[in-house]
Amino acid sequence: MSNQIERFQDPGLPEHVHRNADVDPKAEKRAERQVAVLFLLSAAGTVLTIAAYIFIKSDKYTYLPVMGSTNIQQLFLGIGLTASTLFIGLGAIQWAKKLMPDQEVIAERHEFRSEEADREDFVATLKEYGGSAGLGRRSLIKRSMGVALGLVGLSPLVLLRDTGPLPKKFFETNSWAAGTKLLLDPAGTPIKASDLEVGAVAQVLPELPAGTERTLENTGKDAVLLIRLRPEDFNLDAERLSWTHEGIIAFSKICTHMGCAVALYEQQTHHLLCPCHQSTFDVTRAAKVIFGPAARPLPQLAITVDADGYLVAKQPFTVPVGPSFWERNSSNG
Amino acid sequence: MKKSVKVAGATANYVDERTGAAKWLKKNLTKVFPDHWSFMLGEIALYSFVILLLTGTFLTFWFDPSQREVVYNGSYLPLSGVHMSAAYDSTLHLSFDVRGGLLMRQIHHWAALIFMSAIVAHLFRVFFTGAFRKPREFNWLIGVGLLTFGIVEGFLGYSLPDDLLSGTGIRIAEAILQAIPVVGSYLSFFAFGGAFPGTAFIPRIFIVHVLLLPGLFLALITIHLMLVWYQKHTQYPGPGRTEKNVVGYPLMPVYMAKAGGFFFVVFGVTAFLGAVASINPIWLYGPYTPGQISAGSQPDWYMGWLDGLVRAAPPLETHAFGHTISWNILIPGLIIPGILFTGMALYPFIESWITGDKREHHLLDRPRNAPNRTALGVTSITFILVSLVNGGNDIIATHFHLTINGIMWFTRVGLFVLPPIAFVVTKRICLSLQRADRDLVLHGKETGRLVMMPNGEMLEVHEPLSDAKKWTLTQHQLPEALPAPLPPSATVGLKGKIRARLNRANAVQIPAATLTDLKELGDGHH
Repeated sequence: MSNQIERFQDPGLPEHVHRNADVDPKAEKRAERQVAVLFLLSAAGTVLTIAAYIFIKSDKYTYLPVMGSTNIQQLFLGIGLTASTLFIGLGAIQWAKKLMPDQEVIAERHEFRSEEADREDFVATLKEYGGSAGLGRRSLIKRSMGVALGLVGLSPLVLLRDTGPLPKKFFETNSWAAGTKLLLDPAGTPIKASDLEVGAVAQVLPELPAGTERTLENTGKDAVLLIRLRPEDFNLDAERLSWTHEGIIAFSKICTHMGCAVALYEQQTHHLLCPCHQSTFDVTRAAKVIFGPAARPLPQLAITVDADGYLVAKQPFTVPVGPSFWERNSSNG
Repeated sequence: MKKSVKVAGATANYVDERTGAAKWLKKNLTKVFPDHWSFMLGEIALYSFVILLLTGTFLTFWFDPSQREVVYNGSYLPLSGVHMSAAYDSTLHLSFDVRGGLLMRQIHHWAALIFMSAIVAHLFRVFFTGAFRKPREFNWLIGVGLLTFGIVEGFLGYSLPDDLLSGTGIRIAEAILQAIPVVGSYLSFFAFGGAFPGTAFIPRIFIVHVLLLPGLFLALITIHLMLVWYQKHTQYPGPGRTEKNVVGYPLMPVYMAKAGGFFFVVFGVTAFLGAVASINPIWLYGPYTPGQISAGSQPDWYMGWLDGLVRAAPPLETHAFGHTISWNILIPGLIIPGILFTGMALYPFIESWITGDKREHHLLDRPRNAPNRTALGVTSITFILVSLVNGGNDIIATHFHLTINGIMWFTRVGLFVLPPIAFVVTKRICLSLQRADRDLVLHGKETGRLVMMPNGEMLEVHEPLSDAKKWTLTQHQLPEALPAPLPPSATVGLKGKIRARLNRANAVQIPAATLTDLKELGDGHH
């Protein structure tokens, strides 16, 4: 007995089996009719699309299970478009599968590598034509060209400089100052401590100096959340406690992680949750991060009341609000 | 001769006399393509790209890419009188006051999801069957590029309406820019033309979304397809299929009908989704303002895994010398995706370095026959899936009555623990499937028919496999199909040792059944 291992052999392409439609004229006719019906259904779909566009009113809605309130015209336009395209496709595929040749054919592949002679010719050509430029010898040209090509990309880069102004102190500053009135958003009215019940939350924006327009850019730094707790629920040091007013505590609403609005307040646990990445802040402990990716507490705004009893800022924020940036000095929070 | 035939002949003659097209067409109209359902995945991506171009062009006729503030007075009454950007206003107009506008918006969005899903499914097919091997590495790189640009394109697209949800996404993108050390705040100001959100951003991403990236897609897809054409398609192993041939159906007429028909099928299915399945109902979110947000803010799925990684990051920041570095943003937002995509792009070269295999491959691997590759693929998918789950942790928590904290901790641990487990399990499953193949070839198929022998012994009848099936299950281990062992010179030094170790791990295979095995079994059989 020999040690030669015998392996299974490639039996080659299996014999072609004819389809029904290849041998039975009746089946062939049937397949033809199927294809034709599919194409005609597509035509009907186009008619439906045009009819829906012209004859159905745009403002008619209906309630459909699962889909909910649905615009009837859009629905029928969609169904028409679906039919007109889908059935062309199904018709063509049915045609291919049932009636077009289904005998597999074999094509040879070629290796991609060029013939040895061609490769040698190529190198010779490269040497002859490329060499005639003398790049190999002329190192002065080579180096100066390197410098030129290296620098040419700088112009477009420099030209992009004016895509925006420099940030300057934008990220460090906001509109809050000592005595700035807290205005309810979006009403724009000042607010008194008595307007907030225990457990209530309100979004406020700073009253801007006359003539200053409120912009989204500023709101992105100025938005503040007011929350009223029972004073005994706080777990704050004396300074931070003095920043609250009758159980009302104010925090920047802009998440210190990635700048989303921290808007989910859980009344029972006194937790503030950011809906973007679930950073969770404990309101009773000056918005300390108790869960999630945020690395810093929400900055607390010191508040008090003015002579008329309206809530105002006692002082500006002591740290920049919002997400981190390179220039931010975070050593003091 | 019929008149139509005459006209066609004259036209063909006119064109050929000016281009010589007949010679090229004669050869290429009969080009052979192998048939397999998994080869349609890339086609779906191509067709949804065409659908995106068509529906996207329609949308540009009404969409106003501007952040100019306007007051809404269209037919959607709940937003009457609300201040908003022209971009949001025109998207509402498209949705409520343009006939077919909402349908086109929804088809466009569904097509984008299908485009990305098809790219990823196609990527899986190419990876798990080893279709990226020589000579197809260029096409792999182009594919990785298309996937990356696709993610960006999709993100920019759903950001254009400037609604509360998309604005929140842009806010997060801005925070990533802002977190880049040294230049972050400058990059943010340059990108947004000043402070976020500003008025420059929507017009800028609009031109990137409708011109720059689609142009790039067109160029890359063209090269991708030209290479497929020139290199000829890979094929699955089977009787009659070799490394030197391609077995299938000719382009004319079979594939013209099938592929052309399939375009319309993809269009039809996408149109159906657009007709009946509401997607991104921006009128419910309201216009963007940085002070507000909606609960359950979710990106589209192809961004969801990134968001999940960001959510899972621990609260790490470095504060030193008056500067802040946000590792909680940089690691999940830039570093991990960078490593993943670089690794993916380099994989064909890494595998070829490990195996020392420099030959052309046109026959695809069955995934079980490349256990390490398959296991690595499943490992990566596991990592992404765990991230994706965390990207929807708020939704999952409310639907399945779990705590967000629980899901987050599952993710934080799972990201490290589950991928290695997936590797080991997948590799074992692959080897077991190889064993099953071996048994199948040697013992045949179980028929479920029980026979009682004269002595009372009960036997199940096994039916031998066809020669074609036997060949398909064993062809991958022919000596000429296996890579040569690494030369000793390649395994010197630390790099060489690592290479040798990986090479050995990669060589673990269950020996395929041979005719000799079968004969020996037959001799001993009673």
